[in-house]
Amino acid sequence: MNHPERILASGDEAVALAARDAGVALGTGYPGTPSTEILEAFDAAGGKAQWAPNEKVALEVGLGVAFAGARALVTMKHVGLNVAADPLFTAAYTGVDGALVVVSADDPGMASSQNEQDNRRYAVAAGLPALEPSDSQEAYDFTLEAIALSERFKLPVLLRMTTRVCHGKSILQRRPAPPASAPARFRRDIAGRVMIPAYARPAHRRLREKLAAVAEWCETAPLNRVERGDPRLGVVTAGISYLHVREAAPDASVFKLGAVHPLPLARLRAFAESVDRCVVVEEGDPCLFEALRAAGIAVEGRPEPFRFGELNVGRVRRLLAGDASPEPAPPRGKAPELCPACPYHPVYGTLQKLDCIVAGDIGCYSLGVLPPYQAMDTLVDMGAALGVGLGLRHVLPEAEARRVVSVIGDSTFVHSGLTGVAEMVYNPPPTGHVVLVLDNGTTAMTGQQEHPGTGRTLDHEPTGRLSIEGVARAMGVPQVDVLDPVEDPAGFEALLRKRLAETALSLIVARRPCILAAPDIRKWEKAADEKRALGGCAAACLGSAPEPLSPRGGEGQGEGAAQ
Amino acid sequence: MKPNVTNVIIAGLGGQGVIKASDILAEVALRAGLDVKKAEVHGMSQRGGSVSTDVRFGEEVLSPMVPPGEADFLVVLAASEVEVNRPSLKPGGVLLAPDLVPEGALANRRSLNVALLGALSAHLDVPETLFLDAVRASLPERLHAVNEAAFAAGRAAVAAVRARPA
Ligand SMILES: Cc1ncc(C[n+]2csc(CCOP(=O)(O)OP(=O)(O)O)c2C)c(N)n1
Ligand code: SF4
Repeated sequence: MNHPERILASGDEAVALAARDAGVALGTGYPGTPSTEILEAFDAAGGKAQWAPNEKVALEVGLGVAFAGARALVTMKHVGLNVAADPLFTAAYTGVDGALVVVSADDPGMASSQNEQDNRRYAVAAGLPALEPSDSQEAYDFTLEAIALSERFKLPVLLRMTTRVCHGKSILQRRPAPPASAPARFRRDIAGRVMIPAYARPAHRRLREKLAAVAEWCETAPLNRVERGDPRLGVVTAGISYLHVREAAPDASVFKLGAVHPLPLARLRAFAESVDRCVVVEEGDPCLFEALRAAGIAVEGRPEPFRFGELNVGRVRRLLAGDASPEPAPPRGKAPELCPACPYHPVYGTLQKLDCIVAGDIGCYSLGVLPPYQAMDTLVDMGAALGVGLGLRHVLPEAEARRVVSVIGDSTFVHSGLTGVAEMVYNPPPTGHVVLVLDNGTTAMTGQQEHPGTGRTLDHEPTGRLSIEGVARAMGVPQVDVLDPVEDPAGFEALLRKRLAETALSLIVARRPCILAAPDIRKWEKAADEKRALGGCAAACLGSAPEPLSPRGGEGQGEGAAQ
Repeated sequence: MKPNVTNVIIAGLGGQGVIKASDILAEVALRAGLDVKKAEVHGMSQRGGSVSTDVRFGEEVLSPMVPPGEADFLVVLAASEVEVNRPSLKPGGVLLAPDLVPEGALANRRSLNVALLGALSAHLDVPETLFLDAVRASLPERLHAVNEAAFAAGRAAVAAVRARPA
């Protein structure tokens, strides 16, 4: 073995190490708890890692890498796969030449997410193989396996993880590096990759044939295994639930699935017949249960309450006992709150004071919904601030419509606010609209990642920068202002009042760095300036240096902050 | 649950070094040649919210999460977090709370996390040197002296409690 030593690693780190050991040519994704650390660890391990503006773009970039015959890793949290679903479904048709592994980090229990959707459903819907590790060793091994599977069957492969597996640490031993992939090169395959209907129809058939071959492979693959125990109780399980089951029912016979799609139905049927009682233990949706029942395999599901939240050893004990009695409420700790010196304080103070109707969005700034401000009225998905705010403006009576503000963070704006701006310019509400972009110079919520608006790459090197105010102007927003709400809170309030009173389209960039990120930003910018001065890096040729992060109040176009 | 597994929960508020303490403890178990798993939920980068981590070590650890009411040790870095976490402690389990380490015993209260690890170490059958090695390996060199002192203060606090007449 090349790396026989035992190390303690999180599941995220394990995926990164495996990707590195397998020679993944490019890792890309968009931050999102609990997946964020994968690309950071891949970068730290020497891999080429980059943040995409959003998950859809990341998946498309990864697909291009895999079309060229190289190995790609694309990471995101579960809701990110909704954004990337469009390319996902058709990438299943085109298939790949190299390897494409898509990590979906699900969050049962919603430790830090807006829903607890179960992305095993995507594997079924798109028709892709999905592997699900239980701990860091499996996260490592299954990443290697996913790469091998992807190359063998020429399909993207989903690696479904969950919060506990991503963030939990356990012992891991690296393996000898698998054979390298062939050098990247372009192979023309028009009928295979240009999905016009004439080519897509046979492609769909090819996909189903490949899936049937994967299903056959699954019947004997060692990552699906039976652990024989007491024949009176059999459990079918996967992922983190497997470990809870082993502990809650140490004597049970267990069918441990490593691949959650497609399922080794013949083996599962034989297993279910070999035990007196066969129970499916899974977190989230009853995916395995429904698939087994649909195949006519006699398995028991679980009482409805176990659909919600994470499982643990105690809950699995109750589940196996069929105990659906009310569960003790988990202890409620102290909720997070905006940092004391967060630049969002004056913004939310003003939104509250002006009694704005706030179409909100996701990020640190979502904490404005909590006391003392309670100044957010909607939060649905990234970018929804724009669309929802516009919808409210279109139909509310004028007095109320004029109180509506769309509030969105800088990373979120780049992720999916731009099409909302296009909508605003194209279909302006009768009272106009006000968009407030909270530009704190980082993706704070997920631990301060860079994004196109910061002008620095994943590892904080200077690169091209997307100007939020510039793009808003270019898209046709007539009023664009930039100011620092901390330096000039009165100016901020005056400006917001003015824009709300006007019947015009307006976008205000409230620019002030996140207090936790500010020292690092200063350090990186200093280093970036030095590099730009030397003119040595390619990035120096890309557009201009970033504008100062905290320009004077109202330095935007037109009348600015005024008063 | 396997009787040979030691279950530790470390809790506190964001920014107090809860995760750091649990990383150090897991590292100790790794260095002791044991199986070890650590579970935590972290996400938001803001400060101030409740944080709790589970560290389990022994011959073979299965679930990474301490089953409810089965913690052998509950280490709490913020007095306000003691009550919410108390139900996770098993009957007869050991609570190590901030008041164990007297005000003034630490040059910097920020090293309370390592002080309470010192207190925990006094209850565990693991060589003290493994703890000190792991502390040093997990922290930058300029923080070594203050944290070694904090670790010793935590051990001394347990010794003082033990010396007290029952
Ligand atoms: C589709 C999708 N991808 C990722 C996330 C995770 N996530 C939520 S908000 C956010 C970005 C927050 O950054 P920003 O808009 O700059 O606000 P800040 O946290 O800095 O206040 C991320 C990555 C998500 N909820 N949905
Ligand atoms: S991490 Fe930054 S953006 Fe988030 S609450 Fe703290 S200061 Fe505000």
